[in-house]
Amino acid sequence: MKRIALALFACCSIASADERRSGLLDMRPEAQAMQRDDSMNPGMLWVLDGEALWNRKPAPAMQSCADCHGDAAASMRGVAARYPAFDQASGAAFDLSGRIIQCREARQAGPPLARESHDLLALSSFVAHQSRGLPITPPEDTGIRAVRALGQSIYMTRMGQLDLSCGQCHDDHAGRRLAGSSIPQAHPTGYPIYRLEWQALGSLQRRLRGCMVGVRAEPFAYGSPEFIAIEAYLMERARGMEVETPAIRP
Amino acid sequence: MTVSRRVLLAAPGALLLSAPTRADQQRLAAALLDFTGGQPMREGRVRLDVSPLVENGNAVPISVMVETPMTTADHVRRIGVFNERNPQPNVITAQFGPRSGRAFLATHIRLATSQALVAAAEMNDGSFWSQRVEVIVTLAACIEG
Amino acid sequence: MARVLLRVPTMTEKGSVIEIRALIQHVMETGYRPNAEGVLQARDIIWRFTCRYDGEVVFNAAFSPAIAANPFIAFTIIATQSGPVSFTWEGDNGFTQTETRHITVT
Repeated sequence: MKRIALALFACCSIASADERRSGLLDMRPEAQAMQRDDSMNPGMLWVLDGEALWNRKPAPAMQSCADCHGDAAASMRGVAARYPAFDQASGAAFDLSGRIIQCREARQAGPPLARESHDLLALSSFVAHQSRGLPITPPEDTGIRAVRALGQSIYMTRMGQLDLSCGQCHDDHAGRRLAGSSIPQAHPTGYPIYRLEWQALGSLQRRLRGCMVGVRAEPFAYGSPEFIAIEAYLMERARGMEVETPAIRP
Repeated sequence: MTVSRRVLLAAPGALLLSAPTRADQQRLAAALLDFTGGQPMREGRVRLDVSPLVENGNAVPISVMVETPMTTADHVRRIGVFNERNPQPNVITAQFGPRSGRAFLATHIRLATSQALVAAAEMNDGSFWSQRVEVIVTLAACIEG
Repeated sequence: MARVLLRVPTMTEKGSVIEIRALIQHVMETGYRPNAEGVLQARDIIWRFTCRYDGEVVFNAAFSPAIAANPFIAFTIIATQSGPVSFTWEGDNGFTQTETRHITVT
């Protein structure tokens, strides 16, 4: 009886061990080195652009990000690890880029930042970089929980002409190969990422669009509640994993 | 044709690749001839480091190191890297001298498909040395529309 | 101005071999890729990189379209004396940019 109990315990402890892995570890050592060494990581060029934008007034009469938030190394530390977050005032969830867009419009009264524009990617990567090495810690309020639940249901829904859900690839077949490339577990640990296929920095939503086009589905719009919901679910799924921004991915 | 289509589809990408054409080989040979000016080139002294298998051909880390003390009496003048199957055979050509300290360079390159890479070095005594490496690219560059 | 990320030791011993790394933001458009309309996009690459140390060229490389976007280059030089080290990138459409760092040799 004792032996059975021990065997059961061993089974349980194996099952409960964290088997999550960052897509970083699915890459060959040379690509991992490109991410780990800032002097070789082209994503750092966007981070440096973001730092310059952080300190620059969008127009002479306007405030810079730094005028309100000060030194990003202190004020933005851990922020990206907590996004998307639910905004009580507007009754909607914001992803990090959405918050920067909103701040630019409402607080700086500056020219709007377009989704996937160079400046927004630069600012987002600079802010997210301040959380590098910190664990992902999504908030726990009821607002974000509802958004997260929506995200989970979208993640589980079959879509497109190939009739595939996110989970069918990234839960059921992660670690196996699709043509020549490995299927990652899809943890959003390093966004915005420098994707070698893009030869540039891009957002999680751009990556999600790529997946949706891949299964022949009509992609959601940039900044849509659906994308933010998926992002909120993926961040919960990656709770505790380290932020890597700017990550390199193939 | 005894191989079923299913088997072919399931085969690793590398097995499906066509061999380099005679034109590819001639273009690489011409680029090397241009580098050496017709002088003989031997295998050796040059070490070309590149992963034999890469996931994406858009940014492939490579480095080249040549065995030499890099003194005034014995140093590398030029290092060239060439490929077999990109639209152009030239990748990079760099000039060195005794002030370089080491005959070393590293960069990130594009590989359109699986192919051979050749690193060649010209020494100050006029001799040429090289190394050839085969690289398999598992995923073609640029697939997102 | 294109964003540049340089790794250059600021202080070093005389005679030591130092490694320099340089990364610059540039599309390196090959001239072989069609755009959405199927028309080839014009070539737009950096085709030369030059490092000068105290005014003298100590490293120089010719880039082809096979150099990856946001070109990265690493190489070594011997620290001979304190002085400026400059890095110049030249490319299509009149692209030219120079960055300078100072090395102190002890």
